[in-house]
Amino acid sequence: MSTRLSKGGRLIDRAKRLNFTFNGKPMQGYEGDTLASALLGAGQVMVGRSFKYHRPRGIMASGVEEPNALVGLGRNARFEPDQRTTTTELFEGAETRSQNHWPSLEFDVGEINDAFYKFLPAGFYYKTFMAPQAAWKHLFEPIIRKSAGLGGVPKEADPDRYEQAYAHCDVLVVGGGVAGLAAALREGRAGKRVWLVEQSAYWGGRTPVDGGQIDGFEACDWIKTTLQELESMENVTLRTRLMAAGQYDHGYVIGLESVGDTRPGADLPRHRLWRIRAGRTITATGAIERPLAFAGNDVPGVMLASAVRDYVANWAVSPGDRTVIVTNNDDAYRTALALLDAGLSVPAIVDARETSHGALPQEVKARGVRVLEGRAVAKVLGRQQVSGVEICTQAGEGGAIETIDCDCVAMSGGWSPVVHLWSHCGGKLIWDAGQAMFRPDPERPPLGADGTAMVQVVGAANGDLTLAAVMGGAGLGACSSDEAAMMPVWQMPAGAPPALRFKSFLDFQNDVKVSDVQLAAREGYESVEHTKRYTTLGMATDQGKLSNINGLAVLSDALGQPIPATGTTTFRPPYTPISLGAITAEAKGPLFQPLRRTPMQSWHEARHAHWEPVGQWRRPYCYPKAGESHREAVNREITNTRSNVGLLDASTLGKIVVKGPDAGRFLDMLYTNMMSTLPVGKCRYGLMCNENGFLMDDGVVARLSDDSWLCHTTSGGADRIHSWMEDWLQCEWWDWKVYTANLTEQFAQIAVVGPKARQLLERLGGMDLSKEALPFMQWLEGRLGGFDARIFRISFSGELSYEIAVPASQGLALWEKLVAEGKDLGVMPYGTEALHVMRAEKGFIMIGDETDGTVIPQDLGLNWAISKKKSDYLGKRAQQRPHMTDPNRWKLVGLETLDGSVIPDGSHAPADGYNANGQRNTQGRVTSTYYSPTIGKGIAMGLVLHGPDRMGEVIEFTGEGDAMVKARITDPVFYDKDGEKQNV
Amino acid sequence: MLTLTCPCCGITAEETEFAPGGEAHLKRFGPDSSDADFEGYLFARKNPKGVHFERWRHAYGCGKWFLAARCTATLEVFGTYAAQTHKPPADLIKKIKAKRPEWEPQA
Repeated sequence: MSTRLSKGGRLIDRAKRLNFTFNGKPMQGYEGDTLASALLGAGQVMVGRSFKYHRPRGIMASGVEEPNALVGLGRNARFEPDQRTTTTELFEGAETRSQNHWPSLEFDVGEINDAFYKFLPAGFYYKTFMAPQAAWKHLFEPIIRKSAGLGGVPKEADPDRYEQAYAHCDVLVVGGGVAGLAAALREGRAGKRVWLVEQSAYWGGRTPVDGGQIDGFEACDWIKTTLQELESMENVTLRTRLMAAGQYDHGYVIGLESVGDTRPGADLPRHRLWRIRAGRTITATGAIERPLAFAGNDVPGVMLASAVRDYVANWAVSPGDRTVIVTNNDDAYRTALALLDAGLSVPAIVDARETSHGALPQEVKARGVRVLEGRAVAKVLGRQQVSGVEICTQAGEGGAIETIDCDCVAMSGGWSPVVHLWSHCGGKLIWDAGQAMFRPDPERPPLGADGTAMVQVVGAANGDLTLAAVMGGAGLGACSSDEAAMMPVWQMPAGAPPALRFKSFLDFQNDVKVSDVQLAAREGYESVEHTKRYTTLGMATDQGKLSNINGLAVLSDALGQPIPATGTTTFRPPYTPISLGAITAEAKGPLFQPLRRTPMQSWHEARHAHWEPVGQWRRPYCYPKAGESHREAVNREITNTRSNVGLLDASTLGKIVVKGPDAGRFLDMLYTNMMSTLPVGKCRYGLMCNENGFLMDDGVVARLSDDSWLCHTTSGGADRIHSWMEDWLQCEWWDWKVYTANLTEQFAQIAVVGPKARQLLERLGGMDLSKEALPFMQWLEGRLGGFDARIFRISFSGELSYEIAVPASQGLALWEKLVAEGKDLGVMPYGTEALHVMRAEKGFIMIGDETDGTVIPQDLGLNWAISKKKSDYLGKRAQQRPHMTDPNRWKLVGLETLDGSVIPDGSHAPADGYNANGQRNTQGRVTSTYYSPTIGKGIAMGLVLHGPDRMGEVIEFTGEGDAMVKARITDPVFYDKDGEKQNV
Repeated sequence: MLTLTCPCCGITAEETEFAPGGEAHLKRFGPDSSDADFEGYLFARKNPKGVHFERWRHAYGCGKWFLAARCTATLEVFGTYAAQTHKPPADLIKKIKAKRPEWEPQA
């Protein structure tokens, strides 16, 4: 059993005890503990159940690579699943729960899956549980889904705050081990702006545990003085608890900083997402020890050799009283020395190599430890904790030579450099056969904006595994024990029979074994990427940090090819999982996107308008009165506008001034009709198409002066159309003398609409707005009741209508004045839905309803707005293409339901027969459909095959469910066909 | 996420500050053009793996369009230049040739 040692532990403060619970059981640890060290210190070896087979699992590692020891942390809204105990710092009151078992960790019904492992191999769901067919959906899948998986999901919204921050530097150094410290020191001394980030809470990496000398000092002293010098430099920023998650193009790096994790409820952001732009990145991300594949290598108590000595040296935790070390290299012998120094027992070292004569093995042998050379672990004994190991020859098939009692197994299969950041953005790897590892190929680095290498790799991440090699790379002297060559071991023993391979785990988190990868190879999966997806090797939250190299070595062996021919899977960010909260940060709720407000917004808010989002605006959809439904409010607003007078806040309408000697010529190219001939003082409705000929925007253009025009665009289209204009002016006709200015927000615009509109405006006084002074489709400027007004006599409703533009600052005052003056005239505001219904009653098209990016003006019966005289306009050539002139294009018509109902949005009109895909043929579709309170029934507009030639014909549209709606094809103008009302 | 330098205002900024506009140096064909010419103008794009000339707009900056020469494989930016030109500047062509000797500018 694991326990806390009475002395030692360089990272813990024994004076500060911290209380926490595990599955409700109270436990104690110390400040400086991780959850993992505290659990082990409290004697908790088994901490979870595995994903698929529900096998008991313990803590295997001491860092980010931990696959097993994930717990649920916190409660209620602050509950979070799958927290890595090895990197989660212990804090007072932490509540932790083990995962993936029922009813309890110790007794779990799902463990039966382990007995049925033969039925759950890689890709089992493609080949078993196939019959009867209905059983998969109703029986097998629900059971399998319930039993598989990791932690649960919190049910409440996350109450914590997250934030994002930007940083810019010349050099970003990732990793605060000795290689990173040395790199930061060199760059800092050279005067560079340096950021040095370390994912854990402390500096120095592995070196304080593994020891050695740097530059003539004890390693720990060198680390301390180096940190002091770095802290004294103004050009160097040091950050711990900041994990560089991904390296992206042109020096962009995402980092996640843990800020308030250990102080839940404190007024701190929980995480901070750093968006760092670095001139260069130096990765000093170290290496991760590999497990060995032997039967039972997942039993609680089997750990990485480096983790065992970390727990002893850093946190004074003994993972077990008797530890057998299994290795293929010299480095693992350091674990034996650490255990012996702590007074613990090492019954044997099982070394797969035939001889072990390096300095470290010599030292260990001299201290009386039994070293078994050319030997292997045949299998681990014990289920919820290791009770012993069976020893065999590495070369053989697993016949047991002897059994050694132990409660901990420390394994080491060599080391894999952490090459993630190097690889994220295109850095390539080479196979280092001597150390059996992929390491960065300095000839093929990821490239930055200037085409030079933007990432450098130093230290163990570069394959320099000894302290002497690491510091040698940094130009510093160092001494550490010489190490003899390791021997690649991908399966232990080499000739392991199926029974052993079935229990030799590669990916612990996803329960993938040697046998699964071999099965995939036999079934024809040759690509490592395909094998990954078939077996799920490396697809868990640890992203294969322990399993990757072992897995592809087994695959290469099964395919009979060398490892570099198999290659690695793609390294993708993030390096370790980052919180969704940090990605969202403050961009939620009202800050999700900017909200554009008209000058009259506060008035609408005070009347509790029901809102409709329009681009980044929010426009009143309607203004419901007490007890009124939205539908009733819309009907009231329409009826009132058509019989009295209504006010619409039209400020969101796009307003772009186009000015200059060539402005007329330019607008003739932009619009399908002629704008250069428009007389000053007059307005004209215009259409804009893209070069594909499709209708993209519409609006009324007013000629302001000899050389300037005001172009109204749709509310959502103002910015798009302005940039469209600029595109043509800057990139195609750059010698044309034209300026554009988007004045949308500079003016408030109010539509005063209805038979009493003129009466209302005359009360304000100051301008003659009679039919003679301001006829339809003209505009006037003047002082209207003390306001600086430009009044357009235009109508989108069919009523007598004035649109009054005033400087934005005068908008609210004018609106309030109109409301006050018009009280006895029945003035009422109306919203966008009333606007929509009224324009549909008049048969006016709406961009986005009648158009969808595939509709040309000719489809909509708008030929009158297309100039025949102009030799060119944007879209003209495309409109000559055969498909655009095809007489079978669907054309716009009005639709009147026979029963008065409203055709559902998006309805199609089926036609006889079926198409090549077996779908019903169609002959038309609805583009706008409303209840018209004016007509008293459902009206619609739609595009119908040969529609204008079929006036009066009744066709069917799809209704709710299977019902069909009969509708008569009519003229799209339902109301005041002759336009008498708008022209009074 | 790329960084680009706007040749109009001189600012080097993140890709999020810019809006992409597709292939540069297209020749517009209008109403009197042949079907083949118009089809080429409207639809046919180069999409090379390697040197490419692109349109960008400093949308959240000075608002100006400009052109960029970029390697689509390595994302190296060879240079940016004003949009008011029918072909890349000679010194930029020379610079790209020096870095990509196998590349030939297309007519």
